[in-house]
Amino acid sequence: MSVNTLSIDGKMVTGTTGETVFDVAWNNGVRIPRLCHVGGVSDVGACRLCLVEVEGQSRLVASCRTAVQEGMVVRTDTPRLQAHRRLIVELLFAERNHVCAVCVQNGNCELQDLAASLGVDHVRLRYRYPKLPVDTSHERFGIDHNRCVLCTRCIRVCDEVEGAHTWDLRGRGTHALLIADFGDPWGQSESCTSCGKCVQVCPTGALFTKGKSVAEMQKDRRFLKYIVTAREKHEWIR
Amino acid sequence: MTDRILINPVTRIEGHAKVSIHLDGAGGVRTAQFHVAEFRGFEKLCEGRPFAEMPGLMSRICGICPVSHVLASAKAGDAILGVRIPVAAERQRRLMNYAQALQSHALSYFHLSAPDLLLGMDADPARRHLFGLAELDADFVRRGIRLRQFGQRVIEILGGKRIHPTWTVPGGVLKVVTTAERDEIAGWLPEAHATVRLALDRFRAILDGFRDEAAHIGNFSSLHMGLVNEAGELDLYDGRLRIVDGEGNVVADGLDPRRYHTFLAEATEPWSYMKFPYYKPMGYPAGMFRVGPLARLNVVKAMGTPLADRELREFRQRRGVVRNESFLYHQARLVEMLHCVERIEELLGEPELYSGQVRVNAGQNAREGIGYSEAPRGTLFHHYEVDDDGLIVRANLLIATAQNNLAINRAVEQTARRYVDNGRLREGMLNRVEAAVRCYDPCLSCSTHALGQMPFVVELFDDQGNLLDRAQRR
Ligand code: SF4
Ligand code: SF4
Repeated sequence: MSVNTLSIDGKMVTGTTGETVFDVAWNNGVRIPRLCHVGGVSDVGACRLCLVEVEGQSRLVASCRTAVQEGMVVRTDTPRLQAHRRLIVELLFAERNHVCAVCVQNGNCELQDLAASLGVDHVRLRYRYPKLPVDTSHERFGIDHNRCVLCTRCIRVCDEVEGAHTWDLRGRGTHALLIADFGDPWGQSESCTSCGKCVQVCPTGALFTKGKSVAEMQKDRRFLKYIVTAREKHEWIR
Repeated sequence: MTDRILINPVTRIEGHAKVSIHLDGAGGVRTAQFHVAEFRGFEKLCEGRPFAEMPGLMSRICGICPVSHVLASAKAGDAILGVRIPVAAERQRRLMNYAQALQSHALSYFHLSAPDLLLGMDADPARRHLFGLAELDADFVRRGIRLRQFGQRVIEILGGKRIHPTWTVPGGVLKVVTTAERDEIAGWLPEAHATVRLALDRFRAILDGFRDEAAHIGNFSSLHMGLVNEAGELDLYDGRLRIVDGEGNVVADGLDPRRYHTFLAEATEPWSYMKFPYYKPMGYPAGMFRVGPLARLNVVKAMGTPLADRELREFRQRRGVVRNESFLYHQARLVEMLHCVERIEELLGEPELYSGQVRVNAGQNAREGIGYSEAPRGTLFHHYEVDDDGLIVRANLLIATAQNNLAINRAVEQTARRYVDNGRLREGMLNRVEAAVRCYDPCLSCSTHALGQMPFVVELFDDQGNLLDRAQRR
C-alpha cells in the first residue's frame, strides 16, 4: 500500500492509495460538508456537497468519489465552492416540503444544520410544493417523502449492512421516489426486517419512529460503527 | 337610502376584522355585522399528517394561546391512543393551562383593555394605549407586564419554549418538573397575587363610571356554556359541560364534550369566514351561546379556590347568579386570574406533580379522537379522524372565538344602536363599537398582535357604494 502526499487547503497530508480525498481530509480535521456520505457504507456521490477544487482540473469533483493521488493540490472551501454548496442546499429545500417548525427532526436535522452552517438564511428559488405521501403503514416507523433528500443512505445501509435491500429508488430527477420492495406500502414489505437501521441513518425527518412529536426525533448512529468494527476487525466494542 | 359605516380594521384585538354598520334611510342603525376576513385553512393542512404531530402543528395556530391548542390536540391524541395519561402529566398540563390563562388574560386586560378602562373611552386616541397609560401610572403597567411574564415563564419552564411549546404529546408530557423549577415558579407567586388584587381593586373603582357602557355594550340575555368538575366548580382542563340561560336556569348539565356535535351545530353566513355555532336544541340563531370568562363564571357553582370564590360572590351580589353584560367579561377575566394564581400555588404543593412517570406508550387504538379544554377565550374542541395508519383524514376545530361569534355580532349591533346617530363618525362611538368586540378578547387568527394602536379606517358608504365620509387614524 503506497502512501501519497498531497495538499488540502494548504496543509500537507498523507493518504494511502485507494483512500478518498474526503476521508483523508476528515482524518486531518478538514470538515468537508456532506449529506449522502455516512461512515460504514459505500459512497455514491449523490448530494454533491463534498465538491472540491483540484489544481489543474477545471471541473469540480466529489471528494467522496475521488481517490488521493501523489502531489494533488486540493481546495475545499473557496468562494466558488461555497456558492455551489449554498445553491445545492437551496435546491433541496425548494424541491420538496420542508417546514422545520413542525417537523419531527427539527433541531436535530443534518440538512438544517448544513443550511445554518452554509449561511442559507433564505431560498432564492421558487418552491415546487409537490404533493407527496406519508407512509405510516409500518408498525413502528414512518416515511415522509416531503422531507426526503434522496441521499440514499437508507438504501445503502439496508443493502450493505442489514442485507435486506428493502429500499430502492423509483423514477428519475424530480420524479425520483424512495420505494420499499416494488413500491408496496412499507408495512407490507416482505423483505423488511424492521431493524430500523434506515431510520437511524436518515439525515432528515424523512424516516422517523412513529409516535414521535415535533422536534422529538433523534437519530442514533452508534450501531453502525459497532457493526462495521465488528465485521472488519472482529472486535465487538461499543 | 341605506348607508354603511365601515370600521376596518378593528384595533387592539388579536387578528384582523372589521365592523360594518348599515344605516336605514333615517340615519338610524339597521344592522351591524362583525366580519372576519381571514381564512387560514388549518384543518386542511393537517390532512395526511401523522396524528402524533398534531400538538406541534396546532401550537402554530396561535401565538397568544398556543397552549390551549396543544392541550386539546394532545387530549385528542390520548383518545386515539386509547390511554389514560399518568397523573404527573395531567397535573403538569393543568399547571400549564393555568399559566396560559393567566398570561392571556393579563395581555387582554393590561395591554389591550386597560387603556380604554382607565383613561376613559373618550380619551385622545393618540394617548389611549398602553404607553399612554404608562405615562399616567408606570407602576401599574409594569406590574401588568410582569404578570404576563410570569405566565409565560411558567410555560417556558415546563415547555422549554415560551411561544410554541411542544412539551405535551399524545400519552402525556415529555419531562418531569424539578424542584428547582418549582421554586422558581413559587418565587413569582406573591407578586402575582398582589398584581391581580390591585387590578381587581382598580376595576371595581371604575365600574360605576362605566354604568352606561355596561348596560349598553352587549347587555343581552343568552345561553352560557363552560366546563365544570364533578362538584360544579370551574375546571379549565377537563370535566363536563354545563349550559345555563340568561336567567340562570340550567338548560343542560353533565354534557359529554366528546359528543359536542350532538348538541352544537354551526351555521354559515356569506359575509364572514367565521362560522356561527349555536346550541342545537334551540335552533339558529336562538341557540346563541357565550363561552369564555363571563360564561364560565355564570355556569359554575363556585370557583373552587377561596379568594376567587369571594370575588365570585361579590360579582353575583348585585344581580343574581347570571350576569349578561359583555362588559363584565373584563371583571370575569380578573376573577379567573386570581383563581389561576391560587391554583398554580395549589398544584405546586401537590406531590403528584413531581412523580416519575409522565408518558405512557401505546399504539393507535382508535380511529377517532376528540380533545377539549377551556382556553382563555372559551371552550375549545379538537376532533380528529385518522386512518388505520394514524394519518389524519379529517380534522375539525371548534374554537372559542367562533362560538362567541353570534354574541359578538349582537353586542356590536346593540352598541351601534346606542352610540351611532345620523351616520356621524364620532371618535367615542367608534371606540365603543370596538370595545364591544374587545370584551370578548377575540382571537381571530392569532398571528397578529396589535399592541397599542393600529391604523384604523372608517368609511361611510351610501347604498350605491359611494364613499360619503372617511376617517383614519394611525
Ligand atoms: S427534514 Fe430537516 S430540513 Fe427538512 S423540515 Fe425536517 S428539520 Fe427541516
Ligand atoms: S429517506 Fe432519508 S436516508 Fe433515505 S434517501 Fe431519503 S433522506 Fe436519505
